[in-house]
Amino acid sequence: MEGALAALRTAVMEAHRARRPLLLCGAGTKDFYGESRAGAPLDLPGYRGVVDYEPSELVLTARCGTPLSEIEALLTAERQFLAFEPPPLGGDPTIGGAISAGLSGPRRAHAGAARDFVLGAVLLGVDGEVLRFGGRVMKNVAGFDVSRLLCGSLGILGPILEVSLKVLPLPREEQTLRFELGEAEALAAFNRWAGQPLPVSATAWWAGAAYLRLSGAAPALRAARTRLGGETLEPAAAAAWWRDLRSQRHELFGAVRNLWRLSVPCGSAPLALEGARLSEWGGALRWCATELPAAEVRRIATAAGGTAMHWRGGTAGSRFHPLTPAVLAIHRRLKQRFDPHGIFNQGRLVAEL
Amino acid sequence: MHATAPDASPEPRPGDPATGDPAGSAARRREVARALAALLPADCLLSREEELRPYECDGLAAYRQQPLLVALPRTEAQVCAVVRACHQLGVPLVARGAGTGLSGGAMPHAAGVLLSLARFDRILDIDPLARTARVQPGVRNLAVSEAAAPFGLYYAPDPSSQLACTIGGNVAENSGGVHCLKYGLTVHNVLAVRGCTVEGEIIELGGAALDAPGLDLLAIILGSEGLLLIVTEVLLKLVPRPERAQVVMASFDDVGKAGEGVAAIIAAGIIPAGLEMMDRQATAAVEPFVKAGYDLSAAAILLAESDGTADEVAEEVAALESVLRAAGATAISVSRSEAERLRFWSGRKNAFPAAGRLSPDYYCMDGTIPRKALGAVLRAIEAMEQKYGLKCLNVFHAGDGNLHPLILFDANREGEWQRAEAFGIEILELCVRLGGTITGEHGVGVEKLNPMCVQFSPAERAAFFAVKAAFDPPGLLNPGKAIPTLARCAEYGREHIRRGAVPHPELPRF
Repeated sequence: MEGALAALRTAVMEAHRARRPLLLCGAGTKDFYGESRAGAPLDLPGYRGVVDYEPSELVLTARCGTPLSEIEALLTAERQFLAFEPPPLGGDPTIGGAISAGLSGPRRAHAGAARDFVLGAVLLGVDGEVLRFGGRVMKNVAGFDVSRLLCGSLGILGPILEVSLKVLPLPREEQTLRFELGEAEALAAFNRWAGQPLPVSATAWWAGAAYLRLSGAAPALRAARTRLGGETLEPAAAAAWWRDLRSQRHELFGAVRNLWRLSVPCGSAPLALEGARLSEWGGALRWCATELPAAEVRRIATAAGGTAMHWRGGTAGSRFHPLTPAVLAIHRRLKQRFDPHGIFNQGRLVAEL
Repeated sequence: MHATAPDASPEPRPGDPATGDPAGSAARRREVARALAALLPADCLLSREEELRPYECDGLAAYRQQPLLVALPRTEAQVCAVVRACHQLGVPLVARGAGTGLSGGAMPHAAGVLLSLARFDRILDIDPLARTARVQPGVRNLAVSEAAAPFGLYYAPDPSSQLACTIGGNVAENSGGVHCLKYGLTVHNVLAVRGCTVEGEIIELGGAALDAPGLDLLAIILGSEGLLLIVTEVLLKLVPRPERAQVVMASFDDVGKAGEGVAAIIAAGIIPAGLEMMDRQATAAVEPFVKAGYDLSAAAILLAESDGTADEVAEEVAALESVLRAAGATAISVSRSEAERLRFWSGRKNAFPAAGRLSPDYYCMDGTIPRKALGAVLRAIEAMEQKYGLKCLNVFHAGDGNLHPLILFDANREGEWQRAEAFGIEILELCVRLGGTITGEHGVGVEKLNPMCVQFSPAERAAFFAVKAAFDPPGLLNPGKAIPTLARCAEYGREHIRRGAVPHPELPRF
């Protein structure tokens, strides 16, 4: 791998010297994601492999190009997993791509987001330096937490070369309960349940039904089932439901023209959006296939105390919710300091950076 | 539970009006006081020597410094006004909560204003349905859980100083506690912060919604030791109080075996709510005072807590017992009542005060290592006790790999503080060599500036300064803390160690 690393360093140093923009490329499963894609491709999948994994340390370290499927197979063999359930969207992403995008799956509201599991990251700087932040231990407050800053940065501060992640034991058992409920009743119930000592690991509402996944020891699941009632899904059907939701193979993500992803406080009432709707994360994540104008969707999200992202469709306007001027100013200065000539993923996270 | 050590002045900062120029300092104090007096009521500004003295150090009393002035604003508007005035005059600002920090992060700047947020002590809102608490930064950690208790909720991070330490301080240090393997650190339990930038402008990072657009600036604020933002409000995540909790206490005749017991628990797929270890010196120190019932013949004891529903806890406790027995535990007892559970914990929670009773002074270290290196580190510390001629008690957040060696010394004996400091540095450098870190939860502050030179390369430290400059271009927020300058590292003269670079770290080589 030393050759692959040397090649990446050279490519970055040359691009920096020539002020030539680079487009950081993993497996290409999230090419649709971000404001824009520009620059000469810098391919990262060649820098791959699990560097360190000891199940009893609960830490896995892998190079950026390692396929997510390879990591998950290794973890499954030890009955462990990535609890933030990174969504594989139409293929087999690299771990570097998964962390750069910072997206999390159905377990996010209960287990935490991708960034919550990042313990350390190695960044390739514009001068070709290899910069190590965080580490391979659970607790570390030495220096600013740059590794978590890189999670979800979409490569604008540079390529993540390597990442160390906290992993967790697989739940002993899982079960999914289904309830016939309207949207408002389901959202209220999700939040009520989350405030009780119940082993909830995911929630979703779609087409008049609420889905509740329980994960944990058999006695805890038994007790929860008795208390909550509902219809228990067949294990295979339940696994397929959550897998499809995580990887966006659920029918909502199929043939819609415009899909919006709204992030709102979990207690928010149903939003006044026309179109098919699906909720996750106890109501904190709302998907909506709506043809309403972007400004109207954003207004509704903002009024609820959240933000809206144009996930798919409609090329005009920006995908991400606008930043406030003071926050944008900090972004600008960070970008300027880490990447003064703007060679990394120009405009991908924030149009003007 | 403050570590104490004799006065040791911090290095003088070039350009400080206060160093070696009392007249200039007095004039500057008058100038800044005049500017702030126009912005704050009279009872919000302290400037007399005897008023300033209580603020000269935090929990790390070895480092002391009087500030130019102390400001105690009551409102966010007053904070912004003070910050704007300081920005205009080029005056450094150091934010302070309860002053319980152990690394000198809240030690004042000689030419700066100490901004105490002690009066920001209101819990603004508890939302039981959304499970959040909106609080001011001066609210005590434990007060949040007390206010949330009627709803069956609590705030999970529980640093041992939780009775006194504030949420603002927890945000600055990214504080942990004894339950963070399962429930996370401060960074995992804060949804949003609101704060004042160095320009005096209010910004909000994160939010009640789980995703925010742009870079995750909230993540970098957590643990930033007051170098990036003056926090004025925090939105905390609350979690349901478990139905039941029980502690398993296991004795081992060898510290290495106790370490293997920890690995065996994790390997069995169990994440205990708390997993702590104490060595014989530590149990011997606390037992006479707290009568926790510790096995004094054991080389080390492990405390593993299980929480959840009653049935779940019963099953997990049985699993813990069998795993620990298989790992070679010589004795095991399980708490039979809530009173007994608290008694088992009381010894661990009183380890610091017990050290204070045993010895005139103690120095608490805070390194983290990969758990597998535990036995090797404890053997190395034993050898260092001989080398430095000082005793050391070891308490350990075993689940997180976070060590708290407590080095006992007497500041009144010639050279002991210097020996204790050198002892501590050697432990931290060993942690880095084994792939760990120089601070797991207490922060760098002023105390660990030198070890930072060992853990990070010049380019990595430059990246930290880049972050600092992006938030605080003039460099006025808590300057001189957390990140050492190139010049300081050059003077310190120790090489940056490539982390985990030692081949076969499991082999004893000390």
